[in-house]
Formats: sequence, C-alpha cells, structure tokens
Amino acid sequence: MNSSIILSIITFVYGLAGFLYIFAWIFKKPAAGKLATWVALIGFIGNTTGILMRWVESYRMGIGHAPFSNLYESLVFFAWTIALIYLVVERKASNRIIGAFTMPIAFLAMAYASLKPGIPIEIQPLIPALKSNWLIAHVITAFIGYAAFATSFGINTMYLLKQGRDEEQVIWVDIAKPLTLFIFVTLFSRVLLVGNWAMSFIVALPICLIFYAGVFLARRMPADFKNRLVVMFPEPAILDELGYQMTLFGFLFLSVGIISGAVWANSAWGRYWGWDPKETWSLITWFIYATLLHARMVRGWRGRRIAYLSLLGFAAVVFTYFGVNLLPGLHSYGALGQ
Amino acid sequence: MSSKEISSDLSIADRLWKTFASVKLTITLLLTLAATSIVGTLIPQNEEPTAYLQAFGELLYRVFALLGLFDMYHCWWFRTLILLLVINIVVCSIERLKANRKILFERHPRFNLARYRQLKSKSEYNENCDAAQLKSLYPPVISRSFRYQRLEKTDTGFALYAESGRWTRFGVYIVHLSVVILLIGGLIGSIFGFDGFVNIPEGETVQTIQLRNNDQKLQLDFAIRCDDFNVDFYDSGAPKEFRSSLTVLKQGEAVFQKDIIVNDPLRYEGISFFQSSYGNLTPNEIILNFTSQATGMIYSKRAKIDEAVTIPEDLGTFVLKRYTRQADFKGHNIGEAFIGVLTANDGSAVEVILPLKFPSFDKMRKGNTFIAVADFVPRYYTGLQVSKDPGVWVVYAGFILMIVGIYITFFMSHQQLCVEVVSRDKENRIMVAGTSNKNKLGMQKKVAKLVDRLASLTSGK
Repeated sequence: MNSSIILSIITFVYGLAGFLYIFAWIFKKPAAGKLATWVALIGFIGNTTGILMRWVESYRMGIGHAPFSNLYESLVFFAWTIALIYLVVERKASNRIIGAFTMPIAFLAMAYASLKPGIPIEIQPLIPALKSNWLIAHVITAFIGYAAFATSFGINTMYLLKQGRDEEQVIWVDIAKPLTLFIFVTLFSRVLLVGNWAMSFIVALPICLIFYAGVFLARRMPADFKNRLVVMFPEPAILDELGYQMTLFGFLFLSVGIISGAVWANSAWGRYWGWDPKETWSLITWFIYATLLHARMVRGWRGRRIAYLSLLGFAAVVFTYFGVNLLPGLHSYGALGQ
Repeated sequence: MSSKEISSDLSIADRLWKTFASVKLTITLLLTLAATSIVGTLIPQNEEPTAYLQAFGELLYRVFALLGLFDMYHCWWFRTLILLLVINIVVCSIERLKANRKILFERHPRFNLARYRQLKSKSEYNENCDAAQLKSLYPPVISRSFRYQRLEKTDTGFALYAESGRWTRFGVYIVHLSVVILLIGGLIGSIFGFDGFVNIPEGETVQTIQLRNNDQKLQLDFAIRCDDFNVDFYDSGAPKEFRSSLTVLKQGEAVFQKDIIVNDPLRYEGISFFQSSYGNLTPNEIILNFTSQATGMIYSKRAKIDEAVTIPEDLGTFVLKRYTRQADFKGHNIGEAFIGVLTANDGSAVEVILPLKFPSFDKMRKGNTFIAVADFVPRYYTGLQVSKDPGVWVVYAGFILMIVGIYITFFMSHQQLCVEVVSRDKENRIMVAGTSNKNKLGMQKKVAKLVDRLASLTSGK
C-alpha cells in the first residue's frame, strides 16, 4: 500500500463525507450528520497518513523532500488544510451544515488532483530552485491561507442563501450579476477543465443555465420548504462573523505566505519582488481582501456586500493558484538550464 | 497677503487633507490597484519592442506604449496610484491617532460605571460575606488576566476596574507603518542598488557586469573568476544541481572563494551573485579517433580549434573548426556536434560533421577515414544574476512589522472589566461586566469564566 493509493481512497472518503453532510442538511437527518463528522475525521487522518507516507517514500527513493513541491502535492495539502479548518469550525460553531459547503471543496481538490490528466502523481525530484528551506514555510502558510479563504467562501455562500435575494432591486446589478457569473465560470472552466477558450464558453453556458434554473426553481419553491432548508443554518450574524474570522485568519496566512515567498525569491534570484504573474496575482488577492477588511472594520459594512467581496476574493485565490499557468512568463525557475 | 487669501488657501489644503483622510478613497485605490495589476499579467512585461509589434500590430503597440503597459508596474500612473495609497494610509493613520489619542495615550484610564451597568452581557450574583473580604479576594484573581487594576469607592460599596491590551490598539498603525517602510525599502533599493547579470566562461575572470534596466555596463571594485561550473541531472533528465565555483579577486589576489548553487548565492561587499543560468562553450581540446578504411587501424589524436592534425597513413589533415549546440544536417537538427574540415592529400577539402549523439555518423561519408569524437571535457559558462540592494533589510523589517501588526490587529484586543460590589449589611450584590474593542464574543466568554472563578472564591471556604 503506498501513499498514492491511500490518497485516492481519501478522495472518495471526502466525497462521502461531503455527500453525508449535504444529505443530513437537506433531509434533516442528524444521525447522518454525526456519521459525516466521523467520515470526515477518518478522511483527515487518512489524508495526514498519505502525506507523511509520501514524505517517507521520497526519502526511500533517495530524492527526499517535503511533499509540497508540485501541483498534485499542493492540492492534497490544500484538501488536508480545508478538512482540518472545517473540523475545528464544526466543533467551535457546533453546526454541521457548514460541512455541506466546505467538505465538497476538499473533495473537489482531491478529485481534481487525482483525476485531471496531465497532473503528474509520481514523486518527482526537486529542481534546483525548489531546494530551499523556504519551500516548506512558503507552501504551508500560503495553503493555510487559501484553505481559510475557501472555508470563508463556503460560509459566505451560506450567508447569501440564508439572506435570500436583495431587497433593493437595481437594474444594473440584475444585469451585472449573471454577466459576472458567466465571465467567472468561463474563466474557471478554461483554467481548470478545458484547453481552449471556445470550449470553455461552451462549457460555461450550460453551467450558468443550470445555476439560474436552480435559482429560478428555488424562488418558486414553497416558502416553508425553502425556510426548512435554511432554518438550521446558523444565524446570519453568526455566519457573517464566522466568515469574517476565517477571512482574518486567511489574510494573516496569505501575508505570511507572500512574505516568505519574497524572502525565498531574494535568496534564489536576488530580488524579493519581480512582478511575475504569480506574485502579482497573490498581491491582487491581498488587495481584494484588504478592501474587505477596511470596508468592514472602518466603514462598517456587513452581510451581503462583505459576502460578495469574499466570493470575489476567493475567485482571485483560485486564479492565483491555477490560472497563472495560462499567462505569459511563468515562475522563472523554468528558465534555468534551457 | 490678505487674510481672505490665507483662509481660502487653507480650505484647499483642508479639502485635500479630508479627501486623503477618507476610507472610501482607500477602498477605491485598493480595488483600482487590484484591477489594473491584472493588465500587467496579461501583457508580458519588458520584452523587445519587435516582439510587441508582432503581437499587437502598430496601432495597439503605440497605444499600449503610451500608457506604459509594457513596463506598467514602473510607469508613472501605477506609481502615482501607489503614492496616493501611501498618502492615504499616512493621512488616515494620523487622523485616527488624533481622534483616538485620548484612548491611546491615557495613563489613567477612565471608567464609566453607568455604562457597565447598562451592558446586556453583564452577570450578577450575590455573596453573603463581608465586603472587605471580597475586596482582598478579588484583585489577585482579576490581575491574572488584566494588567491594570484600580479600586474605587462608590456610594454603595466599591468598584474594581481593570483593563489589558490597550497597546493592541496600535496594531493597525503598525501594519500601516510597515507598508510605508516596505515602500521606503523598495525606494532605497531602486536608488542605491542595481540589478544586472554576467556570463563567465570557466577559468575566466570578469570585472564588469551588464545592467538590466539599461544598456550600461558597470565596473565592480573587484573581479570575479569562475573556476569551475558543473551541472547534474536526474535520471529523468530534469536538472538536479547547478554549481559554480567562484573566486573574488582584489588586485589580482584571491580574497574569497565560494561554491554557489541556486538558493545559496555568494555575497561580497553588499553585492550578491546568484546562479541563474549556464551554457556550453567550445571545449578547449577534444580527442578524435581516426579509423583508416584501408587498414582498419584506429589512431587517437588530440585536436584543438583551428589546429591542423595530420592523419597517419597519408590520409590528409583535419582541422577542427567549431562546436555547435544545434548542428544542421540536410534540414534536420542533429543536436550538439563538432564541425571540422578534412583536407585530403590531393587538396580536396570536405566539411565533416561529428554529432555527439551519433558516434558512427561519419561512416556515412564513405571516405578513406572515418572520424569519431572519442572524448572531450565539456566547457561551460555560468550565468550569474548580480545585484545590490541596500534596501533589503528595510524591506525585511517591514515584513516582520507587517506580520506582527496584522496579528495584533486581528487577534488581540483592548479589554476592559468592571466588577461592582454593592453592599447592604452582609448582603453583597456583585455585577461583573466587560467590554472589548474586538472579538466581543471572546470577551463574553472570558467574563463568564471569571464570574465562575470569583463566585467560587467564597464557597470554597
């Protein structure tokens, strides 16, 4: 039994946990929720084991390094961190519905890592640029930040569901919302799924249509059924606060992640900041969350507006993580030895 | 100057100050910076003009060039945005410091008893004992979690005021200061530092480097010699290590020696040399095997560039001409190869290609002699990134301040506590209430715990 097999099993364990959380939420089965917690915990332990075994295996192969060196390993660690943060939040907030909105993200990260063709799963030796003690510090802090933002994203989605539609109807907002959604879905299907823009438009269209069909149906749903779905959600004020706490946590770790990356860049390339696309996108993410923090702390924004900013911030996180590969001029260690 | 003019001057300054004191401006600037930064990640930065012309065409090229989009993070409008943000941060911080100075710099904090009485989250309980006993029991427990404590007499008994973490209110100013320090560090680097590169062939010494942001060269105070360069590969073909042995020379004398690899540069007199690239050079000497077709004899000969080698058995002379990384044979790239000229005794000359990948390639020529490369020592040049940045320690100080500041701002709070004891004979009514500038939920839990502990003090006896 090696780490790759364990980690592919964990993908399904997380999938099961996410399914159970959603099942427990929609059909109001607390027993399923309790089971979901145990499944998530088993998944987390298995995930931990998988990461540690991969670490040991790399030393057995004579190319020993911490398992944070490529896309596959970072996604596995991302899922691990989401599971950890979620389990802590579940304990603190004593509400299992949040799991229906966060554990699926851990599952998707693992599934994407294992199933997407072109992501090498094998343990690879480190290229010279990655041989640094900063690797561990940089990757761990950055991904704790990403995972906290992912959790915040899940919680803010719940907030928006709980609060229902905007009271104020502004025509340009009504037009801007589906347009923004379409642009984002197109962008992400291009980044994550398909190889060209035409295909990503074709993929994005049905996704948006299904989304709006869902919204349409949700609005036509009997009010009591709708309320039944969101009634067990934590209070809006608590969701708002919880999402905000996650954002604070994420922002601290994003900052440490960017800073450790800068210090590392200075020891590897002789510059702490070079405006390469990855660096720039991490800064864009930082700007968006900094906006959110100022809007809330000083301007007193609460609720929906903060939730939308949080969704925008998470979109920037995903783009920083995956989208940068599309852009010209990559993280420059690729240039070595060409 | 009349007094009227002065007042109108002031009002402009005032208005400007007010504009910069607004958090709306901060939000606008942060989002504008986020949005505009995207552009520079979509257009490759600092490429050759010809590459841009090819990609965008004449018109777009001109428009983009005018807007500075080919080096947008250093162009005037992006720098202006950053400058505006810094002014905004500084002005906002000053305004807030002024507005909060009573809270921030107060040595003897004031407490308003009525305010605590009105708090929803207050707890109350009764104690049947002497008020003096409570007066001695409570302070040591409270001081465990609150640094400052004061006892005041009231009309009906006494009140204990306590607080901790007043200084944490400075956290946000630490973060703002760190941003300013970061930018100052960057400025120091760009004024007093430089950024360049140099290629040094193995065994050679250089003293000038090429600067990156302009076409100038820079003369260093010392020379640098590359004694050796090595590249290792994994079995998969991925690079494992690039290693340059460098020696620093002053007036021709070696003063410092270090092997550098990626992530471990050489630093000397504030100038750092980073391993950044490498390349192949023509080897100084190679060993060739000449196989006579007539006798089958193999003759090994050393060959140097442009030196004629006489082949035994009167087979002619061979002159090694050059080394190439990509040899071309009938339109095909056959990789690394040596190229030479074989001159037969009758004077007819023929170009000979000796690709390293195909040792018996020359057999195809079907000449009197078959030539193959037997051995050679590869020769490299090392590509070094050379930089000097005296601002880097300022930037690092900014980094540390920023992390500390964010932690304080997010996770530490200024907490105040009031314990009021109202005594009637042997009956004491005790009220405990606390406030906090952040994390109010956490403060409520803390107060609840404290109430439990205070109430258990007398029951234990």
